[in-house]
Amino acid sequence: MISLQKITKFYGRLKTLSEVDLEMKAGHCYALLGPNGSGKTTLIKSILGMVIPDSGEIKVYNQNIVGQSQYRKQIGYMPQIGQYPAGLRMAQLFEMIKGLRPDAKNTDEELIDAFGLRAMMNKRMYSLSGGTRQKVSAALAFLFRPMILILDEPTAGLDPLAVEILKEKMMREKKDGKLLIVTSHILSDLEDIVTDTIYLFEGSIRYNSAVEELKKETGEKTFAKSIAALIRNQDLEIKELVAQ
Amino acid sequence: MTQMLKYVLQDVLRARFVLFYWFFMMAVTTLLFQIDSDPAKVVISLLNVILLVVPLVCIVFTTIHYFNSYEFILLLMAQPIARRQVFLSQYVGVASSLGLAFLAGVGLPSLAFGGISQILPLLNIGLFITFTFVSLGFLASSPTRDKAKAIGIALLFWIYFALIYDGLVLWVIYAFNDYPLEVPTLILTSLNPLDLGRIVMLLTMDISALMGYTGAFFKEFFGNLTGEVFSMILLSIWVIWPLWVALHRFKNNDL
Repeated sequence: MISLQKITKFYGRLKTLSEVDLEMKAGHCYALLGPNGSGKTTLIKSILGMVIPDSGEIKVYNQNIVGQSQYRKQIGYMPQIGQYPAGLRMAQLFEMIKGLRPDAKNTDEELIDAFGLRAMMNKRMYSLSGGTRQKVSAALAFLFRPMILILDEPTAGLDPLAVEILKEKMMREKKDGKLLIVTSHILSDLEDIVTDTIYLFEGSIRYNSAVEELKKETGEKTFAKSIAALIRNQDLEIKELVAQ
Repeated sequence: MTQMLKYVLQDVLRARFVLFYWFFMMAVTTLLFQIDSDPAKVVISLLNVILLVVPLVCIVFTTIHYFNSYEFILLLMAQPIARRQVFLSQYVGVASSLGLAFLAGVGLPSLAFGGISQILPLLNIGLFITFTFVSLGFLASSPTRDKAKAIGIALLFWIYFALIYDGLVLWVIYAFNDYPLEVPTLILTSLNPLDLGRIVMLLTMDISALMGYTGAFFKEFFGNLTGEVFSMILLSIWVIWPLWVALHRFKNNDL
């Protein structure tokens, strides 16, 4: 569904992504992992066309996305920090987003109800707490029933109840054959959902395989522990490289 | 596109600045009509006010608006909407509301005092200047994410076109007055939308002698109609090129 070929991106002289190759398929949930500044958000934003890579090719549904916008109909995006026009009321925000896509009937408002956002529809966006804003972002991402869901740190700032609701929603969407891309630092949150792991380090992919294989390789039983083992191994490798 | 335009207009009107601008222009026009009953003289005074105030208001408001809409733009970028559309709806929204405020602000009092026929060319020029400086405002804001820097660049544009440029032209004319300067002056004038606006006004009002050298030359060189058409084309270029450059940059920006 999504394929990236040799994506390279510079911010000034800093190489944020270097020759990233990726294939992502429907029905899978990819965990995009890596330390701060490893290029996770840049990678996500390049798929969305918000960041324009210096070289390489991104295809969504076998179509090159350069200069395209319609392919985003199939993508729901939940940003790391939701920034919204401050003066708008929540109801106006939802109305506006729906108004931009008049052809999309049958919107998915399950999360609006589950998060209890209906009661807050009259509040202005600047008055919302960080967590509530995250809930709005999540509800917007799922609103048009997209086939691809890109969630950047979806659980950061959410209360445990909301995390559960969101996780269940993600599980169901995955079962429906959708493609999920998730970044998170809270590994335990991703435990039951993730099928594949992509580990980014300094802009290049250091590790990319199914979770089952990862567990086998590292000999750990849970996802969180195997990731920790993976990072430890990576660290050792890097230290060896430096020592040489 | 129309949906987006609606939101941009709502956003601009919510800021109330445009209303303030409208009232200000009404007050100035009314005041000038009160001071002098001859519409021709009112037009001249009004022209001088407009050449200073309109560019400043338009360029600063556009820059501030751009950065205030940054969240809105980010939100739209995740939707299936082309960047070009986002940018153009921002432009049309800002330019049309400032243009309307100007038209109503100067036009309504002129109607009331019965000087509308003399004011019409001024309204035309004012609109061109509005659109040009909204374009320049986007040009100042699109390459940077730093609001203070963008406003600095915007003010620099204004100071350059409204204040410094005429001084430079005068200096050139003075320094080279031993040479035939008709064509260089023409070129220099074309390089400033405000000077162009002034020339067009003077050509239409038949008082080019008042503004001395450049105006007289323009009239002589082009005759009335040709001069106007030429200036209109140049003014349109002044609206389009900054907008085009800004759009191109906006398309390649990382958000």
